[in-house]
Amino acid sequence: MSDLNKLGLAEARDALRKGDVTSVELTEACLSEIEAADALNAFVHKTPEIALERARAADARIGAGDAPAMCGLPIGIKDLFCTKGVPSQAGSRILEGFLPEYESTVSQQLADAGAVMLGKLNMDEFAMGSSNETSVYGNAVSPWRRGNDDTQLTPGGSSGGSAAAVAADLCLAATGTDTGGSIRQPAAFTGTVGLKPTYGRCSRWGIVAFASSLDQAGPMTKSVRDAAIMLGAMAGHDPRDSTSVDLAVPDFEALLTGDIRGKRIGIPKEYRMDGMPEEIEALWHEGAEMLKSAGAEIVDISLPHTRYALPAYYVIAPAEASSNLARYDGVRYGHRATLAHGDGITEMYEKTRAEGFGAEVQRRVMVGTYVLSAGFYDAYYNRARKVRTLIKKDFEDAFAQGVDAILTPATPSAAFGLGEMGQADPVQMYLNDVFTVTVNLAGLPGIAVPTGIDHQGLPLGLQLIGRPWEEGDLLNTAYALEQAAGFVAKPGKWW
Amino acid sequence: MSIDESTAARVAKLARIRVEEDALPALAGEFNTILGFIEQLGEVDVEGVEPMTGVTPMRLKRRKDVVTDGNQQDKILSNAPDAREGFFAVPKVVE
Repeated sequence: MSDLNKLGLAEARDALRKGDVTSVELTEACLSEIEAADALNAFVHKTPEIALERARAADARIGAGDAPAMCGLPIGIKDLFCTKGVPSQAGSRILEGFLPEYESTVSQQLADAGAVMLGKLNMDEFAMGSSNETSVYGNAVSPWRRGNDDTQLTPGGSSGGSAAAVAADLCLAATGTDTGGSIRQPAAFTGTVGLKPTYGRCSRWGIVAFASSLDQAGPMTKSVRDAAIMLGAMAGHDPRDSTSVDLAVPDFEALLTGDIRGKRIGIPKEYRMDGMPEEIEALWHEGAEMLKSAGAEIVDISLPHTRYALPAYYVIAPAEASSNLARYDGVRYGHRATLAHGDGITEMYEKTRAEGFGAEVQRRVMVGTYVLSAGFYDAYYNRARKVRTLIKKDFEDAFAQGVDAILTPATPSAAFGLGEMGQADPVQMYLNDVFTVTVNLAGLPGIAVPTGIDHQGLPLGLQLIGRPWEEGDLLNTAYALEQAAGFVAKPGKWW
Repeated sequence: MSIDESTAARVAKLARIRVEEDALPALAGEFNTILGFIEQLGEVDVEGVEPMTGVTPMRLKRRKDVVTDGNQQDKILSNAPDAREGFFAVPKVVE
C-alpha cells in the first residue's frame, strides 16, 4: 500500500486487522512525512523512538489477536497534554525544560488502546488564542493556501498544530482541547473534523489547565467515523478528575447509521450575524437543506442570550486562568528568571512570570486578576456566571422543545493570513469564537464538519451542537451531514 | 469604568507579573478595550438568577479519606529550577 499516512483511522484499522499493513509501516510513513513538513511547524517535539517502540508492540498485539480500536494507529498529541518524559510545555516559555513524571489520563488511555504517539503538536500558549500565533514555538502554518497565493494562513487555534498535522496527513488523527472553540475552529479552517465532547466526558487530569470549568479534550480527525472511534478511546470516568462523569461510554462508531429521519434540527436566528460573509450564510442554508433531504425536520429556534456569550467567556475564562496559572512561580518546575543581587521572592515571581508568559497570556491573567479583585468580583465574575446560567437555559429550552441538534456556522470566516488579524485589538481575535463559545459555557458537545469550499479555495465548516452526553446521536447527525456534503478536497502539497 | 495607569500597575502587582513603567499606558489601553467589551453584561437582567457552578447537576464523588499517593520526593523535585537537600530552594524570605 502507498501513501499510508493519508489513511484515516478506520481504514488503517481495517487494513491492520486484515494484515495488509503493519503499524511499523504506518508509523514510518507518518514519521517521514513529519520530517519533510517542518515548514508547517506542526510537530514541535518529535518522538520517533517512542513511536516505533509502540508500533512494534502494537504489531505484536494485533498478531496475538488483541487489537483494541486504536491499536497501531499513529497520532499526534497536543502539547497541552502531559506526556511522561516528553516535553509538555503548553506552547509556553514558562514550561521550558519541563519533563512530566506522569502521563495525562487521555493520552494514557490512548496508549493503552495501542495508539502510537508520533510527537507533540504546536498550539497557542496555554491554549489562549485562535490562530496559533501566541506559541513560544512560533506559528503553526496551515497546509491550505488561497489558490496560487503563497500567503501563509493560520490553521486556527488553539489546536493549530493538531489541525495542520491532520489536514496535511502527517498523522492519522490528533488530540485537541477546546475551551472556547479551540478544536472546532481549527478543524473548520483546515477541512477536518473536530469534536468537543460534553464537559466531563474526557478526564482533564494531566492536561495543563486553562479554564477548568470550560476545558475539554476531544479528537481531531479526517472523518466523523474516525472521531467516533477516537472518542471511544479518550472518554470515560477518571477518579482523579472530580468533574469527569461516571457514565458508560457507548460504542460511538456502532451508532453511525446515517439515518436521521424524524430528527429535529434547530436553526438559531441569533447566529445570523451582521457582516457575516454571504458564503457562510449560503453554506449554513445548504447544510440545513442537506439534513432536510436526509429526512430531518428543520425548525427555527431562538437562543436569546447568544450575544452575551463572548463577554461572559472573557470574564470567566481569564478569571479561571489567573487562578490556574498562579502555579507558575519559578519554584516547582519550568523557567525561573535570573535574579539580580538582593532580589527577594516577590522579584523572583514577577520576573519569572514576565519572562515566561507571552503577551496574550499576561493580558488574560491580569484581566482575570482584575475581575476577581475585591470590589469587582460581583460586578464582573458573579454577573458572568449568572449570564452563563441563562445561556445554558437557552439551550435547555430548545432541547425541551424537542430539538435533537442545532446547526450553526463553525466560524465567521475562512482561515485568515498569519498576522492579518487583531494585532492592535485583542477583541477582534476573540470574535473568532462567536459561534463556538456558547457550547463551552453550556457544557454541551459540539462538532465541526467540513462542508464546503469558499471562493478562495479554502475549506468552510458547519457546527452541530448536541444534547449533553448524546455524542453518539450528535456524531450520527454529523455523519449524515458529512455524507451529504461529500467534502473531499485536500490542500495541494507545497511544503 | 476606565482603567488608569496606576490601576494597571496595581493589577500587574496582584498578578505577580513585572510590567515596566513605559509599558503601562498600552496595558491600560488594552484593559479598557477588553473591559469595554465585557461591559455589555450589564445589559442583562440577572435578577434572581443563580450563578452557574456546574455543567451537569451531580453530587461530587466521595472517596475514602486515605493516602493514595506519595513517597516520591525525587520525582516531585526533578523539575525544580533549584532543589537542594530534598527541598525547593527560593531566595531568602525571612530576614
